[in-house]
Amino acid sequence: MAERTVVEAIRDALAEELRRDWRVIVLGEDVGVHGGVFRATDGLLAEFGPQRVIDTPLAELGIVGTAIGSALNGLRPVAEIQFADYIYPAMDQIMNEAAKLRYRSNGAFGCPLVIRAPYGPGVHGGLYHSQSVEAFFCHVPGLKVVTPSTPYDAKGLLKAAIRDDDPVLFFEHKRTYRRVRGEVPEGDYVVPIGRAAVRRRGRHVSVITYGAMVHQALEAAALLAPEGIEVEVVDLRTLLPWDRETVAASVARTNKVVVAHEDHKTLGVGAEIAAFLAEELFDQLDGPIVRVAAADTPVPFAPTLEEAVVPGTRQLVDAIRRLAAY
Amino acid sequence: MAHQQTHTPARAEAVPHGLTDIQLLDLYRLMALSRAIDERMWVLQRQGKLPFAVTGQGHEAAQVGSAYALRPGEDWVLPYYRDLGVVLTLGMTARDVFLDAFARADGPSSGGRQMPAHYACRRLNIVSVSSPVATQLPQAAGVALASKLKGERVVTACYFGDGATSKGDFHEALNFAAIHRLPVIFFCENNGWAISVPLSKQMPVAHVAERARAYNLPGEWVDGTDVLAVYTCMRAAVERARAGEGPTLIEARVYRLTPHTSDDDERRYRSDAERAEARQHDPLPRFERLLRARGLLDDALLATLQERIAREVSEAVACAEAAPPPAPSEALRHVYAA
Repeated sequence: MAERTVVEAIRDALAEELRRDWRVIVLGEDVGVHGGVFRATDGLLAEFGPQRVIDTPLAELGIVGTAIGSALNGLRPVAEIQFADYIYPAMDQIMNEAAKLRYRSNGAFGCPLVIRAPYGPGVHGGLYHSQSVEAFFCHVPGLKVVTPSTPYDAKGLLKAAIRDDDPVLFFEHKRTYRRVRGEVPEGDYVVPIGRAAVRRRGRHVSVITYGAMVHQALEAAALLAPEGIEVEVVDLRTLLPWDRETVAASVARTNKVVVAHEDHKTLGVGAEIAAFLAEELFDQLDGPIVRVAAADTPVPFAPTLEEAVVPGTRQLVDAIRRLAAY
Repeated sequence: MAHQQTHTPARAEAVPHGLTDIQLLDLYRLMALSRAIDERMWVLQRQGKLPFAVTGQGHEAAQVGSAYALRPGEDWVLPYYRDLGVVLTLGMTARDVFLDAFARADGPSSGGRQMPAHYACRRLNIVSVSSPVATQLPQAAGVALASKLKGERVVTACYFGDGATSKGDFHEALNFAAIHRLPVIFFCENNGWAISVPLSKQMPVAHVAERARAYNLPGEWVDGTDVLAVYTCMRAAVERARAGEGPTLIEARVYRLTPHTSDDDERRYRSDAERAEARQHDPLPRFERLLRARGLLDDALLATLQERIAREVSEAVACAEAAPPPAPSEALRHVYAA
């Protein structure tokens, strides 16, 4: 075991998969000579050459469209969108093409494609380097959406995504890239797509969350423990398809739920989870389902403005405390 | 990299096509079959048996002539929804086409999931067609990228109309394909209309082919009503691609002989004179005259051919009409890999 950051774990996963399978290619803006603006692809060009690590023009539609074509013809492309905020030009290719190729060809064609994109607020990136775009993709049958929170999961889930036969949106939280460290095995392993992880056990309130907010939920749990409030933290890890069993089992233990994310509140992933709980587990709930989410505004640049919009540990603590007392 | 610009249509008689008499008649048969199927689609639509028909009438020489230069099942093809002649030339049958049109369970393209004319055939490397225009262009670059990486001498043919050339996909695909000298042919069937918007309101240049210059790749203009000129032009582009000499943009000028689709009323934007003019550019009588002049076709052979095609089409329609629709449970399958 070695201690790695999230971004190092992602680089390890890419290098190991490129070594393991000749069909894997990496393409995107600045992924080659530069090694990626976050260094996630550093060193890959030197080891695997320009045929497999491709610096593309600055054109997201083309990156994804080209990746789809290469997947149709037997490759396993990993496309990088430099910031999730810039994925929109590729929406047509993702929503209408990658997601639907298998269905519309009655299973004859598939699209084993990974699109990696750094996402999320909290790095003072302003409107266009802070967005949480995951909910858009969770609405599209045919896609999978993965949001790791730890180095171990980042490596194992990225390997699973590359080996998956369907298109996977792989969202990496920028704030975790260098700040979150953890033990990562040197060798090969995968973390299965579609399974959540219980990060902390507790009897009183379940916090259902994902990405960087997992770490804030753990902070909140530690802060509340001296008050006698035992918080259970569930890390969804995959948002589509999401792990209903693990969430349901946690709610059965605590009977109170906070759903938390940094995406906007309106029709965010939390809305779906809250609806599921209300529909399926109504009689197990001892309090209202509470959502902690970003305001329905863009993410502004000034720290005072950003903190006013995006929830953090303080908002989680307040919400959990109120719900525990309900 | 040299680039060529041809603004005078290549004339079939002036270029050696290298096709045998039997192949010439085969080209005619495919064009006539495509026309007969297309006409039947409109009849079935008017009878209320099909909800929708989209046409390729007028495009047959461009479609059949170009696809004839490919290796079916080896080369990759990304067609668009007008490309009936392309898929027939590659090996799909009248029965396949009508099974799809009637949205039957055994429809080879989608098993009833897509509208008519959204072709696909895994065996023939025909990539599933979608309705959004131009999305297949960057995908074609990607298919060709994979062929190049694998070291295969396989080419990719990508088909689209003039309307598609206004989209960013067109630019991004040609740009990337040219940078990497990918073995791909971008084949534009320019019928002068993006539904109701004429060429003059689509582009400030006279020819789609001129745009190739911006990507430093060959841009060829060919008379798309001349099947032999199209074949010859396409064959040269295919040979260049197969030899590792990179992509080509071909613009085949064709005439849309019908409305855009069965839902379209083209009298709102096309004058009678313009439609009559288009009729003068029907590729079928043109090729028929050539074959007659060469002594390859006479009234008797033509009658036999037409009778055989009519029977093939009628049998295909009867088979498709009688075939079962997909079971409702099928609707939930193939969203993801099993």
